[in-house]
Amino acid sequence: MAGAYDQSNSELLNIELHLLLEAIFLRYGYDFRNYSKAHIKRRILHRLSLSQLYTVSELQDKILRNRDFFRELLDDLSINVTEMFRDPDFYKSFRENIIPKLQTYPFFKVWHAGCATGEEVYSLAILLHEEGLLDRCQVYATDFNPKVLEIAREGIYQEVDMGQYERNYQLSGGKKKLSEYYQSMYGSVMFNKELSNRIIFADHNLVTDSIFAEVNLILCRNVLIYFEKELQENVLDLFYESLIPSGILCLGTKESLRFSRHENSFDVIDEKQKIFKKKIV
Amino acid sequence: MYKAIVIGTSYGGLEALKLILPEFEEGFPLPVIVVLHIGEHNNDVFINHMNAICKLVVKEAESNELILPGTIYFAPPNYHLMIEDNYTFSLSIAEKINFSRPSIDILFESAAWVYTNSLIGVILTGANPDGANGLKIIGELGGKTIIQNPCSAISPAMPRAALKIAKPEINLTLEDIAGKLIELAYSK
Repeated sequence: MAGAYDQSNSELLNIELHLLLEAIFLRYGYDFRNYSKAHIKRRILHRLSLSQLYTVSELQDKILRNRDFFRELLDDLSINVTEMFRDPDFYKSFRENIIPKLQTYPFFKVWHAGCATGEEVYSLAILLHEEGLLDRCQVYATDFNPKVLEIAREGIYQEVDMGQYERNYQLSGGKKKLSEYYQSMYGSVMFNKELSNRIIFADHNLVTDSIFAEVNLILCRNVLIYFEKELQENVLDLFYESLIPSGILCLGTKESLRFSRHENSFDVIDEKQKIFKKKIV
Repeated sequence: MYKAIVIGTSYGGLEALKLILPEFEEGFPLPVIVVLHIGEHNNDVFINHMNAICKLVVKEAESNELILPGTIYFAPPNYHLMIEDNYTFSLSIAEKINFSRPSIDILFESAAWVYTNSLIGVILTGANPDGANGLKIIGELGGKTIIQNPCSAISPAMPRAALKIAKPEINLTLEDIAGKLIELAYSK
């Protein structure tokens, strides 16, 4: 993995990575400059080891000139690992603590930011459906990677993963069987269209795009962990601006508002499951 | 001279760590950062137990947290743990490596880039080859590489893979590892 780099030139690697991220931003508009560097470094060295190239500078040359090659790197840099009802305890808490709040609205809007291939969006849609709320809402599911958005839009997943998802769903307090929500065929499953009727899948980049809707609820789980502190703050600004007063913010279980300038802008609803409510100023 | 210790272990690791970590006295000059494959569930009971038997503070590593000497950090279950250039932690839910998340390889590799020749990497008992590539990179970037002698391990697969791939500098029985780490930690 270390390839061309050793103890004597590990600093050189950092310089080259810095230049590569600038190059990607200038050429393609994707801004990874304030992403966690350990994550970026690992992903780029991985791509380097798969290519016939020796240094990150050579990689940069190819990135600048070859859009298809950049698309591959874009997939490397975005984390698309997700699962249905990931962290069942979160969905359980959501049912108990957030559903009663949502029931008070005649209509509400949800923003699922960084939805990747959509497994958690369908999880949310199932939950809202079971609570009789799906017809009363509009869900915006966004990601910056067009390839994963296409998968999310289709709602077709691998059948082999369904055992795990069924277990997660039951642990999360599911009211039926997960298999009631999809059709199996040829090793794949397709989720029922009634679940996605209320979902708009759209291209949105949390780093470079701005507010696009006023919403009652934001879910953004395991996205902020890839950002450096200042970028996290900027994204939290965006979420704060997008939420109505008393709007709900759900983060990943290892993400936090602690030490953020928004720590006091929200009340804690569930400390462990990282569910927060925007204060009425 | 050294700035950090990273330790990776899986099957049998709890028993091995219970022998090593309580040996570090208050004021120990290095942070100790551990990946133990322990399943996907919450670490609280295990962390509380380690805290009770160790003289150093034992805690789960948190995103953005500054890494401090004299503290023992464990990777949270179901997240990869990495180290940033500004000596803070970051987390990721990227794909499992060697069926493992947290992966020892990912911690070791990111630590190697940050600490280069002031890092000590240790592979203990374990049932899969995770960590061997990470230990190799630690060695390539000038760090000190240590394995538990596979013959003395409850599960020898992990140190054996590390022995083969990383060609570690030091190969010790479990009983001798704490002493060696203390000696290195206080060396000038």
